[in-house]
Amino acid sequence: MSRYKMHVLVCGGTGCVSSNSIQIVENLKKYLKENGIEDEVQVLKTGCFGFCEKGPIVKILPDNTFYVQVKPEDAEIIVKEHLIKGRKVERLLYKEPNTQTAIDDSKHMDFYKKQMRVALRNCGFIDPDNIEEYIARDGYQALGKALTEMTPEQVIEEVKKSGLRGRGGGGFPTGLKWEFAYKNKSDQKYVVCNADEGDPGAFMDRSILEGDPHSIVEAMAICGYAIGANKGLVYIRAEYPLAVKRLKKAIEDAREYGLLGKNILDTGFDFDIEIKYGAGAFVCGEETALIHSMEGERGEPTTKPPFPAESGYWGKPTNVNNVETFANIPVILLKGADWFSSIGTEKSKGTKVFALAGKINNVGLIEVPMGTTLREVIFDIGGGIKGGKKFKAVQTGGPSGGCLTEKDLDTPIDFDNLVAKGSMMGSGGMIVMDEDDCMPSVAKFYLEFTEDESCGKCTPCRIGTKRLSELLDKITKGQGTMEDLEMLKTLSETIKDTALCGLGQTAPNPVLSTIDTFWDEYVAHVKEHRCPAGQCSALLQYFILEEKCIGCTACSRVCPVGAISGKVKSTHVIDQDKCIKCGACYEKCKFSAIIKK
Amino acid sequence: MANCETCKNKLSESCFRELEAFIDGLEDKNGAVISVLHKAQEIFGYLPREVQQFVAKKLEIPVSKVYGIVSFYSFFTMVPKGEHPISVCMGTACYVRGAEKVLDEIKRTLNIEVGETTPDGKFSLDALRCVGACGLAPVVLVGDKVYGRVTPDQVKSILKEYE
Repeated sequence: MSRYKMHVLVCGGTGCVSSNSIQIVENLKKYLKENGIEDEVQVLKTGCFGFCEKGPIVKILPDNTFYVQVKPEDAEIIVKEHLIKGRKVERLLYKEPNTQTAIDDSKHMDFYKKQMRVALRNCGFIDPDNIEEYIARDGYQALGKALTEMTPEQVIEEVKKSGLRGRGGGGFPTGLKWEFAYKNKSDQKYVVCNADEGDPGAFMDRSILEGDPHSIVEAMAICGYAIGANKGLVYIRAEYPLAVKRLKKAIEDAREYGLLGKNILDTGFDFDIEIKYGAGAFVCGEETALIHSMEGERGEPTTKPPFPAESGYWGKPTNVNNVETFANIPVILLKGADWFSSIGTEKSKGTKVFALAGKINNVGLIEVPMGTTLREVIFDIGGGIKGGKKFKAVQTGGPSGGCLTEKDLDTPIDFDNLVAKGSMMGSGGMIVMDEDDCMPSVAKFYLEFTEDESCGKCTPCRIGTKRLSELLDKITKGQGTMEDLEMLKTLSETIKDTALCGLGQTAPNPVLSTIDTFWDEYVAHVKEHRCPAGQCSALLQYFILEEKCIGCTACSRVCPVGAISGKVKSTHVIDQDKCIKCGACYEKCKFSAIIKK
Repeated sequence: MANCETCKNKLSESCFRELEAFIDGLEDKNGAVISVLHKAQEIFGYLPREVQQFVAKKLEIPVSKVYGIVSFYSFFTMVPKGEHPISVCMGTACYVRGAEKVLDEIKRTLNIEVGETTPDGKFSLDALRCVGACGLAPVVLVGDKVYGRVTPDQVKSILKEYE
């Protein structure tokens, strides 16, 4: 990289690519060439910067300029002003949402200040399609160290000592899992990477595979060496085409460089990786279900024991870890278990990646040390609630997790604290909700999801989740009774105790974690047929305030069913029989003349 | 969508030959049924009864097993998709930013439900779980094109692009 004076990094993650970032790369290259400086400035398409809210992101090194919401046509001014004349393009700089001051060095952004990037260390820094850039950032050194300086037992010991726990949801100690697979003797063993990221609203695994695929390839090879396996499999969602493409390229390049295949680094160790496609089933995140799916069966879970470490893929000892877990491995081997375990809380070591989404200013992917509080994550890094509204709850752990509220904001985030609060870490989805979000509706949303994704094998999950979602549907339509609320609780407890796998056992969490904290809100739906958050359309009516309506006709034009009548410059009226409560008029009115109640 | 331009959704001989060549070229047929179905859907655009029977026969497994797999995984479809398949992301991030209202508006405009195709074969509608572009929520995909921060009143103009 040395001959270039400057580097322009353009985010090539799914979010930014959707907003045309590839065209930005093309245009930048074009203008650099036109101005004859293509040998002085390098343009790189990198993985995700994490700051998805303001994508596409363009970062310029060495001065750390951070441009947001860049359009392909902005390439010209970036080249002419910044890269040639050295003047930053003011209007593209990131502005702090509260103070509106432009930040010209990304190190000063609140979003990055409290972050610590371990698993995401290379995302947004290197070209994921170029193995040499990975190698330049100490890539494959950990594999070399393991193969030449360490015994498999020592590798396992180091991982155990680091305190790393599975990042996919369960939080099981990774080193221990490796040790089980190591101890089971067999002619054939497998290393499986679970990249079937199914939690809606979580996208860290995809971002790592898109931004730093070699870290996964390297970690899988290390795991193979440790447990005595020479075959690796990545089970990945077919819905992630970009991640698949980059992973494939990484595997091919690693083979070419002799870092996969036969006799790796002349040590006599063989290891290769194959990609297996998922076909869209949330339950396949459960390791036994995942293994059945890889064998070409329906992805239904089976009872454990036997654990995969004993009898997994085709009945052979198999070690399954998720993407983020693997991404931590090379760093642990290079920097040492002591370094890793110095980060985090007593029982949760290291960092965790979270996907911040929902009603928050800075939607994106963040990585913080375990033990950071929810308040720091939501208000400091996340920039607080969108539109200055009031924070209501944050949902963690996806469909298996629960909602945490105001009173939990100062809890240090780690595996055990979240479980104690009735939620869970899960894969790291964090959906922030404000005062306009109705909790029974949120619970219904998750239960519809699990009902849909239940594999149907066990009765508590198959029928139980259906009954729960029916009850919630009744409640959100204002037809529920107090007995229904009691039934919700009893049924939830029963499903929790009796379902076969993790999906079913945790499915009632969204109900259980909201029903106590937001009991009044549930009761309002039942007794008063009222939705306090104003979200349940069946319980809503829209009205136009006579004194505020100026007769601009904006509402009647946007109404999809022609329910609003009125002449220009005179008060409009909503026909309640025709109104379908879509809220389009409410959104459109600039004069706050439309109210819902 | 269907790569096979000559036959579109008609189940032509050449499509079956392409699938047959893929299956015959497999190193190991054991456990390959999901990757075969991925290929079949790529070729035909969907997986009707005839295709499932063909796959079962070639892999020497019961049709019931193939059907069991096709119906289990949401990625596989037994109805042909429209010329422009529309997918509305219903992941949590999109949901809390109003994806349901966008979905309702599309349903109303096209007069179809989720999982259906318009009678003229132009559009089909699906709800999917998280594209991973949560920064752009709510997200709608038409074919491969991603529309971010979609509001219900943009639906008509988006659909117009494909008329």
